Amino acid sequence: MSPDYVLEARNVSKHFTVRGSLGRSAVVQAVQDATVRLKPGQILALVGESGSGKTTLARLLARFYEPTSGEIALRGEPVAGGGRAARRAYHSDVQLIFQDPFGSLNPLHRVRYNLDRALKLHHPSLDGDARLRRATALLERVSLTPAADYLDKFPHELSGGQRQRVVIARALAVEPKVLLGDEPISMLDVSIRLEMLNLLEKLRAEDGLALLYITHDIASARYLCDDIAVMYAGQMVESGPKEEVIAAPQHPYTKLLIESSPDPERAAGDRDELFEGADELGEPPSLIDPPAGCRFHPRCPFAMTQCRSEAPPVTGLGDGHWARCWLHQHGRAGELARTTHAAAMARRAPQEVAT
Amino acid sequence: MRTEFLRSWKVRTGLGGILFFVLLAVLGPWLVDALLGVDPRANDTSAIAQPPSGEHLLGTNQFGEDVLAQTIAGARGSMFVGFLGAAVGTVMAILVGVPAGYFGGRVDAALNFVTNIFLVMPVLPLILIVAGYLQGTGLWVIALIIGLFGWSGGARTLRAQSLSLSGRDFVRAMQMLGERGHRLVFAEVLPHLTGIIASMFLHAMIGAVLAEAGLAFLGISDASAISWGTMIQSAQTQSAVLRGLWWWFIPPGLCIALIGTAAALVNFGVDELANPKLRTARRKTVRRTAAALEKTGSQA
Ligand SMILES: Nc1ncnc2c1ncn2[C@@H]1O[C@H](COP(=O)(O)OP(=O)(O)O)[C@@H](O)[C@H]1O
Ligand SMILES: [Mg+2]
Repeated sequence: MSPDYVLEARNVSKHFTVRGSLGRSAVVQAVQDATVRLKPGQILALVGESGSGKTTLARLLARFYEPTSGEIALRGEPVAGGGRAARRAYHSDVQLIFQDPFGSLNPLHRVRYNLDRALKLHHPSLDGDARLRRATALLERVSLTPAADYLDKFPHELSGGQRQRVVIARALAVEPKVLLGDEPISMLDVSIRLEMLNLLEKLRAEDGLALLYITHDIASARYLCDDIAVMYAGQMVESGPKEEVIAAPQHPYTKLLIESSPDPERAAGDRDELFEGADELGEPPSLIDPPAGCRFHPRCPFAMTQCRSEAPPVTGLGDGHWARCWLHQHGRAGELARTTHAAAMARRAPQEVAT
Repeated sequence: MRTEFLRSWKVRTGLGGILFFVLLAVLGPWLVDALLGVDPRANDTSAIAQPPSGEHLLGTNQFGEDVLAQTIAGARGSMFVGFLGAAVGTVMAILVGVPAGYFGGRVDAALNFVTNIFLVMPVLPLILIVAGYLQGTGLWVIALIIGLFGWSGGARTLRAQSLSLSGRDFVRAMQMLGERGHRLVFAEVLPHLTGIIASMFLHAMIGAVLAEAGLAFLGISDASAISWGTMIQSAQTQSAVLRGLWWWFIPPGLCIALIGTAAALVNFGVDELANPKLRTARRKTVRRTAAALEKTGSQA
């Protein structure tokens, strides 16, 4: 048991069966043997390119579906099954913020309705007046002021950022201990992303909320989080304290992500650039038929024969920093620091042609 | 979207037509009594099968009954069957289709099984048999039968729509708040289907009016009740067509055609709004007109 952690995913996997044409079916290994741990008041960034299974992992943690294997644990207690009451109890501690603020509010309900339902379901003892006061306070917390102006608005009368704030307020209404943010800023205007990150940071500071901040762009993770976990093709490849991971990535994929994201120094005066980049990283693999061995090996400039056949074990690097890469087992980890991804790639290219 | 559909002339005309017939059905018998001063069932033996005249505006039938009075009274009978049949059919479609789509799994399997049975059942012969068996029990039985046999298509449409709505983020978000199942269905999903349901109801209403007329024509309706269907049926049994008594069957037939047209207009109008592709032609015309106006404006 690990009571230090408020929420854990322990070696969870999620496989989806998809039915293709002609009745053939395939299994998508969306998440494979992933472990995530959140301490109270911690912000953990889960970084990975699109299609790497981040949303699936978030939805496993939000218990939208049960894991194929592994377990979810809340305060050290495994949770599984259970009726509506058990789920409600779980969701009074864990809430998910969806990626798309345009899709996660019912277009037919006013802001007031959303907050009121959340309060009614989770604080049944409150009367109408008390709920109104709470709703007002919640809107103020997410900086929608004056709150009275927003209570009777329909979603279509709000901007994307305002909607996302309403979604956050609705999640906060249940007074959760953990917020799962599934790319909460990726669909917002670039100009308001930073404010959104500041709001999340404020919630952590004020309430001691634990936050799983999911993103495909490492720049925003660098801005917000304490720790980083990197996900590739459904698997966790590296995790550790933010500074260490960014300054000295210990997995070639992390290195690629960092090098293809814009430099924060350069981007400091230019906010737009801070959130761009990290697009052209090559082809992510199919999760129906993932590469054998290390799933990153087809794109890895350091790949060895062993990488093609055997999955690498976890190598602990101290301070809670670990990576899943054969380089560490072969004493080649130093190479990561000595070169850049692009240079290593260029050096590998001629060999590829030769073979 | 809420009131936007009222701006289409098709919708407005169609709704106007339907409203006219609804008012006719509600106020008709009173109008007949107070303004015309005739009883639709009174046999005027001095005027048998007379063409339209000052005394009987739409003439009289074989039994000396006033055709105008009968047509107006028939509006009530036909609209009653239309509304009750459509209400029963629509409620059934909602109760079966929406939970099937929303809950999925075993609920869906069971409900879908029932829907499919009703879909493939030869409905008309069954209605004939059941209605024939219950002959003479009143228009409301006819309406119930029409409703009970006519919901399956609508249920299937609603099932597909609810299925896609149930996976939407806003439904999941409310689910995550611990919202109760029936509220998820009725407060989150169902309100998005009001447009479809309204148009389904209109379809069903016209269908029920026509079905009643058809059943009456086949001699399966309440012969003592007055509806457009029973009027046409008695004109038929008295060979009104052969004898050239056109004023006997044209008015009820025209009413049926008109209310059908009105409903079709509403549906066309709503379809255009729901499916923007059908509107592009119009938008293009608008743009062209605007461009032309601009040109003439700049020249002037
Ligand atoms: N419900 C589902 N059914 C089938 N495949 C799914 C489902 N959800 C996600 N996937 C697949 O799982 C993989 C990971 O998706 P996702 O978790 O959305 O990634 P991310 O959020 O990192 O972009 C994708 O290949 C996606 O197609
Ligand atoms: Mg995603």
